[in-house]
Amino acid sequence: MTPDKLAYMANQIATAFARLPDDEAEAAIAAHIDQFWDPRMRARLLSLAESPNTGLSDRARGAAALIRRPETA
Amino acid sequence: MKDFILPDADFGTPARRSDKTVTLTIDGMDVTVPEGTSVMRAAAMAGIEIPKLCATDSLEPIGSCRLCMVEIEGRRGTPASCTTPAADGMEVHTQTPKLAKLRRGVMELYISDHPLDCLTCAANGDCQLQDMAGAVGLREVRYTPGANHFQTRQNGEANPRFEAKDTSNPYFTYDPAKCIACFRCVRACEEVQGTFALTVEGRGFEARIASGTSDFLNSDCVSCGACVQACPTATLQENAVIEHGTPDRAIVTTCAYCGVGCSLRAEMKGDRLIRMVPWKDGKANRGHSCVKGRFAFGYAAHPDRIRNPMIRETIDQPWREVSWDEALAFTAQRLRAIQAESGTGAIGGITSSRCTNEETFLVQKLIRQVFGNNNVDTCARVCHSPTGYGLKTTFGTSAGTQDFDSVEAADVVLVIGANPTDGHPVFASRLKKRLRQGAKLIVADPRRIDLVKGPHVQAAHHLALRPGTNVALLTAMAHVIVTEGLTDSAFITERCDAEAFADWAAFVSEEHLSPEATEALTGVPADQVRQAARLYATGGNAAIYYGLGVTEHSQGSTTVMAIANLAMATGNIGRPGVGVNPLRGQNNVQGSCDMGSFPHELPGYRHVHDAEARGVFERLWNVTISDEPGLRIPNMLDAAVDGSFRGLYVQGEDILQSDPDTKHVAAGLAAMDCVIVHDLFLNETANYAHVFLPGSSFLEKDGTFTNAERRLNRVRRVMAPMTGLADWEVTMALANAMGAGWDYAHPSEIMDEIAATTPSFAGVSYDLLEREGSVQWPCNAAAPLGTPVMHEAGFVRGKGLFVITDYVPTDERTGPRFPLLLTTGRILSQYNVGAQTRRTANTAWHGEDRLEIHPHDAETRGIAEGDWVRLASRSGETSLRATLTDRVSPGVVYTTFHHPETQANVVTSDYSDWATNCPEYKVTAVQVALSNGPSDWQEDYAAQARAARRILPAAE
Repeated sequence: MTPDKLAYMANQIATAFARLPDDEAEAAIAAHIDQFWDPRMRARLLSLAESPNTGLSDRARGAAALIRRPETA
Repeated sequence: MKDFILPDADFGTPARRSDKTVTLTIDGMDVTVPEGTSVMRAAAMAGIEIPKLCATDSLEPIGSCRLCMVEIEGRRGTPASCTTPAADGMEVHTQTPKLAKLRRGVMELYISDHPLDCLTCAANGDCQLQDMAGAVGLREVRYTPGANHFQTRQNGEANPRFEAKDTSNPYFTYDPAKCIACFRCVRACEEVQGTFALTVEGRGFEARIASGTSDFLNSDCVSCGACVQACPTATLQENAVIEHGTPDRAIVTTCAYCGVGCSLRAEMKGDRLIRMVPWKDGKANRGHSCVKGRFAFGYAAHPDRIRNPMIRETIDQPWREVSWDEALAFTAQRLRAIQAESGTGAIGGITSSRCTNEETFLVQKLIRQVFGNNNVDTCARVCHSPTGYGLKTTFGTSAGTQDFDSVEAADVVLVIGANPTDGHPVFASRLKKRLRQGAKLIVADPRRIDLVKGPHVQAAHHLALRPGTNVALLTAMAHVIVTEGLTDSAFITERCDAEAFADWAAFVSEEHLSPEATEALTGVPADQVRQAARLYATGGNAAIYYGLGVTEHSQGSTTVMAIANLAMATGNIGRPGVGVNPLRGQNNVQGSCDMGSFPHELPGYRHVHDAEARGVFERLWNVTISDEPGLRIPNMLDAAVDGSFRGLYVQGEDILQSDPDTKHVAAGLAAMDCVIVHDLFLNETANYAHVFLPGSSFLEKDGTFTNAERRLNRVRRVMAPMTGLADWEVTMALANAMGAGWDYAHPSEIMDEIAATTPSFAGVSYDLLEREGSVQWPCNAAAPLGTPVMHEAGFVRGKGLFVITDYVPTDERTGPRFPLLLTTGRILSQYNVGAQTRRTANTAWHGEDRLEIHPHDAETRGIAEGDWVRLASRSGETSLRATLTDRVSPGVVYTTFHHPETQANVVTSDYSDWATNCPEYKVTAVQVALSNGPSDWQEDYAAQARAARRILPAAE
């Protein structure tokens, strides 16, 4: 799972909630990722969100704080 | 109906529905029937059989054969009972000396132009002409052979009226010499199938049945077989019956091709399947079938079937045949070793939408209970996963809202991204029947599918949109409905979330979403969109049927929600004739989804976060169920390339051929250490497998399939498994090799476990299915006989939820290097990856995938009909031959993906639906150019496949 592809998928989800205000959108993105992403994908996304210039949109990055922490990263 | 050997009562004329009844007397017996019922049917209902030849209860009567005449007190003459409606107080006599004499005279005339070769005739013992001759007591034929149609020579010369047999169709033979001109075949082609391929040439004695101007194979005939089934003689006869003789027993089972789920009578002779005959009482198909279900079952006995388990250390080695015990021990050891090294989540599996509910349930149980994770997915990932997400979000549950009967009450039908005449042919026949009665049709499809214009069917609107612009088109329709005040306010107020509706209505009303503003995007004239939207909103009961042209896009889930929005806004949900109907692809893809095949959902669509739902299984299975969603198929392949996912059990699916971006799939499979393929054949995926477990066909096991209308139909074993084990037994053996200790003795016990754990199936049991024939879930205490129409009193989620559907163009864009858009689909005679149909005579209709290209695009590239062309995208390239047609618009090309030699998916991209990762098969930017033949990649692929399929000779 390349970082580019993960970032692309997260940004696609963010775009789908583009009409919502920031806080609601970030909650919706995080909820979607919690519901559908396996822990290793979430762990990678979280590490992407911690480093700059990884291609994540602002809202996808913002949602990272709300994403459920996987137990085994 | 040739049902004398294996009776399936024929009432002579179709049933009539009426609130009023009439009571008449037939041969002294009182009979009460719905008004409009024929005297013939009334008699049959009373157990009185009136002789007949041209009447059968699948067809409207025409009163032509004159055998069914009766006498009625107070009426003159001898009216035909098939065309005479029963009336109150009527006194009917079906057997009188006068009738007997007349009938014998009629039969005598029929027999005077019929060969008397009954003993050697293929229909011997299964012929209504023969039966009627017996029934009327015909004892002599006084006419000497004069002009006739059956003697090859007459008076020393060739008989000009004799026509030779037409054996062009691979499945049946037309023998004009035996025809009695009852027109049942012609009427079946019109009324049942709706193709109008057959006609009558000439009048009176010269009247002959003809398939247009050519033989059957090259005519418009779609080989559905309705004519063969309707024929009362040997004129249209299955070749299998000609070859093997008449069957001696019948077992009702369910077709294993598409999501229509036709009920079929498997007619057997010993353990040989002679023919499939659609079952009249089948609630999905009502006695009809298509060329696949009726005829294309020969793959089950094909020599390519693998009968023994096989293993190999690495995929560059040849296969080694081993015992079941050795294969399972090898597999269990490898899987456990991978988990010991790389963690519990390093293995997973794919359930099969081709297998039964019971088998699918066991595979996900194996993964959740024995593997200890949620890494389970199914082929719905690549077809209708957006339906799951979209309908669950808007309505609260992920399934079609109607039964197929519902189409009979529809006034307007909107077909989006589906090609029912090819993909779901029996539903298409039922739809066409309704359209001929006057219902209006709107087709939204980039391609001019057959439904747009056919015999006696024409779409009111064909919205030929550019691939990838579904959301823009549907939102423009919503714009028209809202801004022109065509919404159903009462429905919305009572049934839907008010705040969400207000937000949505404001959104769709924005001017930049109007048909005029989006015309440049979609390519559909604004006026057409407005008219179609008005028709959908105001034309009476409006039903939407959709297929993979909706879901297989980067906005697939959004499109499904846009469809749900339209239905809610116009109140077209919750009663017969309306609804949102995904046409599911595989025979049991609905069932595989229901059975917990998704990595985030337990059986019954309960999320793995739901502790209560997990608890149900944890208590029964005595394990802890992971509360983390597992990997979806594309994620599994990505993780395999990364090295964190190393073992995969694939039951009955060929992901290498069916999934997008073939090179990426191959890389993922090649990276794994234990790929287990459980299938009938060494499919393409098996080229990368370490273990091959031979599968059993649907003829070899008991179980259930769930079709697109949520209907559970029984699959019944008609012959023993060729490998010794049914698929559910193999999965059980694998689980037990890994220490599970399962002990199911019969699939009914698995269904009992499903019912005990899954609320929407709580009432389902094999006993119930035996009693009712089939049921539609939810089937529980609230709906003990199932649920034909969903959301009748309210939505499953409570209030229906309108969702805002912003159009986001796909990132797969055309440009100077790749200026054309490729979209893909299926054809009637072949099925998906073709593993089954390519191993039948169906290849007579479609021997290779072809690229459809508009003559303008072909001309600028110097391409002529039948030329080899190179089809290239950013992902890869392949070669195939071109067909020039204006079915596709300029700028759009189209192909099917039935043949591994073509591998259309080497071209498709890695883009996918934002919500579900369903791949974007339907839009790929491509270039087309002349080529000399297969590409290097195709040749390399073929060489690799040949090497990977080597099997070591068995040890001495």
